[in-house]
Amino acid sequence: MATKKTIPTEGIAVMKTYKIFIGGAFPRTESGRFYPIRDNSEKLIANVCLSSRKDFRNAVVAARKAQSGWAGKTAYNRSQIIYRIAEMLQQKQALFVKEMKELGYTDKRANDEFTAAVDYLVHYAGWCDKYVQVFSAVNPVASSHFNFRVPEPMGVVATFASNHTALLGLLESFIPAICGGNTTVVLASEDLPTCAITMAEVIATSDVPGGTINILTGNRKELLPHFSSHMDVNAFVIWDAETTESIEIGDLASENLKRVRFYSSEDEAVLSPRKITDLQEMKTTWHPIENISGAGSGY
Amino acid sequence: MAKTKKEISWDLSPAPESTGHVTIDKRYDLFIDGKFVSPTTKKYFKTVNPATEEVISEIALAGKKDVDKAVRAARKAYDSTWSKISAAERGKYIYRIARLLQERAREFAVIESLDGGKPIRESRDVDVPLAAAHFFYHAGWSDKLDYAFANTSPTSMGVVGQIIPWNFPLLMAAWKIAPALACGNTVVLKPAETTSLTALKLAELIRDAGVPDGVVNIITGAGETGKELVEHPDVNKIAFTGSTAVGKMIRRSLAGTPKKMTLELGGKAANIVFEDAAIDQAVEGIVNGIYFNQGHVCCAGSRLFVEESVADEVVKKLKHRMNHLIVGDPMDKNTDVGAINSKGQLQTIEKYLKAGEKDGFEMYQSQVAVPKKGYWCKPTLFTNVSQSSIISKEEIFGPVLAMQTFRTIDEVIDKANNTPYGLSAGVWTDKGSKIFNLTSRLQAGVVWANTFNKFDPTSPFGGYKESGFGREGGIHGLSAYLNLQG
Repeated sequence: MATKKTIPTEGIAVMKTYKIFIGGAFPRTESGRFYPIRDNSEKLIANVCLSSRKDFRNAVVAARKAQSGWAGKTAYNRSQIIYRIAEMLQQKQALFVKEMKELGYTDKRANDEFTAAVDYLVHYAGWCDKYVQVFSAVNPVASSHFNFRVPEPMGVVATFASNHTALLGLLESFIPAICGGNTTVVLASEDLPTCAITMAEVIATSDVPGGTINILTGNRKELLPHFSSHMDVNAFVIWDAETTESIEIGDLASENLKRVRFYSSEDEAVLSPRKITDLQEMKTTWHPIENISGAGSGY
Repeated sequence: MAKTKKEISWDLSPAPESTGHVTIDKRYDLFIDGKFVSPTTKKYFKTVNPATEEVISEIALAGKKDVDKAVRAARKAYDSTWSKISAAERGKYIYRIARLLQERAREFAVIESLDGGKPIRESRDVDVPLAAAHFFYHAGWSDKLDYAFANTSPTSMGVVGQIIPWNFPLLMAAWKIAPALACGNTVVLKPAETTSLTALKLAELIRDAGVPDGVVNIITGAGETGKELVEHPDVNKIAFTGSTAVGKMIRRSLAGTPKKMTLELGGKAANIVFEDAAIDQAVEGIVNGIYFNQGHVCCAGSRLFVEESVADEVVKKLKHRMNHLIVGDPMDKNTDVGAINSKGQLQTIEKYLKAGEKDGFEMYQSQVAVPKKGYWCKPTLFTNVSQSSIISKEEIFGPVLAMQTFRTIDEVIDKANNTPYGLSAGVWTDKGSKIFNLTSRLQAGVVWANTFNKFDPTSPFGGYKESGFGREGGIHGLSAYLNLQG
């Protein structure tokens, strides 16, 4: 009987390189720049990518390319894919809790936020095939026309995640957008970025088409003018903005009349379909109704 | 025996609308806190009938102090009366406005046509009845807002500043004032400087309706007055309808402020005709799309796309139809196309006509005579226009149509969507599945299939992209004047 060979090892851990997430792939920033994330005892957790304007532009290209395909999926299908993200996330509790604790979370806070994140995904998965019904209308116009109004995705949505949380704030910044058929480019929390990249690894294995969700890490101040002024971004969601930020964003976003949404972690309801409709355009469609015999008809 | 050759004229005899029952004062003051008051600027500007170039009246020019007075009056009314009375009572006042407007409909139609140049047939059959319908529809919403927005505890915003354009003066005033009042806000409205009269007449009517003082204030003036209103610190929301350039300026000036905003801006709508369309109806739709209201329509179908196989037929029929449009006296009930709203706008349109000719596109103008006095532009068609030309990219806001042809659905959707605008679009085909393919893929806030330029108070109106944001009309339009929680 042959003896099984073993590899002699001291058990030194393999450290993960935290990269960014663009078009379904994990490139490093094209700039080659990084910033270190350290724990409370100043020990290095990771060197994360300090994303550049060029990374952002590449991500917008990927998001635009993916948008019609994502919006064109059935609502049922989008719903299942977002539910699938929850499934993939659920089984990685230990990993996320460990990462959050490295970032300074207590054990309880980390577990609470993780559970909330899974529940958040399940809640929004259920909205995909319902918000259109809740927020549409057939309008009783005073002429022989069938007239209806439905929400449609705005297109490409750029987002700044809240800097206050590692995981839930990240999801809040883009899940309502993708529920509604938009594609997104997300800047993760600058101070708590590692969970965001691990979340990207979850997304990459959840049947989300490449380019639907793109996640960057980097400096909010540096990227703000580019997120605000990009002409092929339809909407910009900013969590927990400073007043100076909101002035600069409002100014730069005016050039293509980008829709801008400011949310505050302190004020906002965590679960609300209005976060979906905030990123929808309303389309009204008219068609005549034949009216031959003199008897009018309508809706 | 020599035959006498007798010319038969098919021209319609003039059928002028009487103006005898209409009173227009020589001078109009500002309507602030329920009273007409003279402006602190002591300045007045003239308003001109664009069909005759005659001065009709003088209008007060509101300065910074007047704007401030109007906003204070609106704030006082909001705090002391309008937010205190029940929603149902609020609605009853708005119903009164609707009814009074219906009673005085003919008078308003005549003044609208005299001041703005639009055909009396249009102001009588479209502008004024729709304005009354907007008040009537929104009146009923006042006490039903909780049903419109479930789980959001809707509340009013406060004082709303509203700035409207000259193309549908009374109708735009109604679009703005009716939902704002129904949602419990008070209003400071500024009409466009060339068309203030019907808004001031509406002020009289609102006073007659017994609406509490200061709930609606109407201040007149040009861009500078509008700017003061936009920048006034005690205004909670700005609603603007007008050009994209001004809309962007307003958006910039409000950056970082808590003021809410809705912008209804320019457009360059695609009107798409497929070979399987009912061609005669489509031609009517093209004419209605671009020559209605002299083309002074933000949602005008100013870009025509015709499937190549029927292009010759469509152009032939369109030219025939253009030659039968009656261009001239807006007060004549037979008139189809009235006067261009102002000298300045006529110059703008003529600049684009020159640009189109310079680019070498084939220009056709309807073979009609226009009066010597006044501001006129013959209905115009440019054919074989390129996608990148100025006349197919920029909003002309006149009776000028730029036509292109196409072969495939994907091609025409790409061309139609290849614009920073996204206000409206039209599709003409007899095939239902094709209609829905198009209507779902065209990036525009309003899509008309086998019809064009239809409006209704129950139907939301507003744009995608650089055509602005927010909607007016329908349930969705109400949300522009409410704070919704959650």
